[in-house]
Amino acid sequence: MKKWFSFSLKSYLLRHLQVMLFSLGRLWRQPFSSFMTMAVIGIALALPAGLFVLLQNVTHVSSNWDDASQISLFLKQDVSEKEAKQLKTKIRDWPTVKEVHYQNADQSLIEFRELSGLGSLLDSLPDNPLPAVMTLVPTESTTSDEDIQFLLRDLSALPEVEQAQLDMAWLKRLRSINQLLERGIGLLGILLSLSVLLVIGNTIRLAIINRQSEIKVMKLVGATNRFIRRPFLYTGFWYGILGGFFAWSTLLVVLSMLSEPVYHLASLYGSEFHLQWFTGLLLLYLPLTGIFLGILGAWLAVGRHLRAIEPDSIKPCP
Amino acid sequence: MIQFTDVYKRYTNRHEALSGLSFELQQGEMAFLTGHSGAGKSTLLKLIALIERSTHGQVFVNGQNLSRLKKGKIPFYRRQIGLVFQDHNLLHDRTVFDNVALPLVIAGESHREIGRRVRASLDKVGLLSKERQLPIALSGGEQQRVGIARAVVSRPPILLADEPTGNLDPDLSRDIMQLFEQFNQVGVTVFIATHDLELVIAMPHRQIVLEAGRLAPEYAVL
Repeated sequence: MKKWFSFSLKSYLLRHLQVMLFSLGRLWRQPFSSFMTMAVIGIALALPAGLFVLLQNVTHVSSNWDDASQISLFLKQDVSEKEAKQLKTKIRDWPTVKEVHYQNADQSLIEFRELSGLGSLLDSLPDNPLPAVMTLVPTESTTSDEDIQFLLRDLSALPEVEQAQLDMAWLKRLRSINQLLERGIGLLGILLSLSVLLVIGNTIRLAIINRQSEIKVMKLVGATNRFIRRPFLYTGFWYGILGGFFAWSTLLVVLSMLSEPVYHLASLYGSEFHLQWFTGLLLLYLPLTGIFLGILGAWLAVGRHLRAIEPDSIKPCP
Repeated sequence: MIQFTDVYKRYTNRHEALSGLSFELQQGEMAFLTGHSGAGKSTLLKLIALIERSTHGQVFVNGQNLSRLKKGKIPFYRRQIGLVFQDHNLLHDRTVFDNVALPLVIAGESHREIGRRVRASLDKVGLLSKERQLPIALSGGEQQRVGIARAVVSRPPILLADEPTGNLDPDLSRDIMQLFEQFNQVGVTVFIATHDLELVIAMPHRQIVLEAGRLAPEYAVL
């Protein structure tokens, strides 16, 4: 029994292998139209994958920045050094505040002079235009947007404070833009997957119609629907996997064209940033997605059209 | 082997293709099905090949009641019947060998068994030397012989032929009929629909003659 089973399993796998190669042979014999279909699938897969890679890079860059929210308090010009020190001690005792750092107006001026390179312009001004600044870091438990907003409001309400500003607000905005883009790319991916499904389905449908009389002959000599379906499913499989590899190589070309300018741009910002390619990940996922969509598309087409083709006469080829 | 009992076949346009047809073919018998065009020959063959089902009455083939056979079983039922067509219906993108091998591939035979049986079958019809060729390279008579080789390769108990000599000249037709006789001699039940009355009369086999969907009176007793 066991021997019989392993034998029949072996011949089953062998049959599948034969059909698989047979379907590939058929594609090979029509290289031009096969290539066109494959390229359409490849481009449709490459587009969302490429956008995903770029987005991952943006996320990667922004995640390198310090995550902690930091709040800057700009003090009013008429607040004296002493008052400021008192304010610092007061704020430090708040349960939501972890640490406070005070920098008076003169220190602000020195810092600005160093960072901006506009020293000579500052010298021409009669007074120091910069305010004293207090930077404070909220405690780890004060992370939710709501808590931060409360803290900001309390700080703004202090009489000594001109303005309280969350330094990381722009980073938050960037991240939510990222999330939006991620969602958008996801939706684009779904739409393009759908189009891959339609392309494969339609190609298989045409193949079925072209082989209508052949299918009738096969049914007359006793072929089951499953037997007739199999080569079409493998055709879908091949379109999918080849389209996946096509998408992958397209992406490599595109990314290699982008890599140099991105590095150049990053170096202008003094960054050592390199574009991440996710080559291995894509090499795994693109063909897998292709195979899934290919077989599914073929399955849908075959399911719809194969049943309709029944020999209606003993002369299948009129 | 093939038994029709009071079989009617009515189409939706009220045309009655077969009415009250009863006859029987014994196992190992060879018979011709003749009659004018439109007499119901095609319909009768379609009922046997289960391309269509009878409206009334029962058809038994090889011990199976065809009106009770479920749709999913039809492919397996058809494997018991070798079908020979007028136009051969060979697959033109495959070699002679692959064409003949088709029923065995469908049945899931092993590679070695397929090779053995296909060659035996091609040898029988005298085309062993052409196994690597495409059907298009063969003459009409040779193509028909490939069709016959395909029909017998899985050794079905019944061989059904629809105008197998329709496109062939008399000499070739006789060759083909003799081939059918050879299969009949080894026990295959052979049933051939044909127009070729000269050929039929020259051979010592029973005739089933249809006339407007019924057995012609002089054969009704058989």
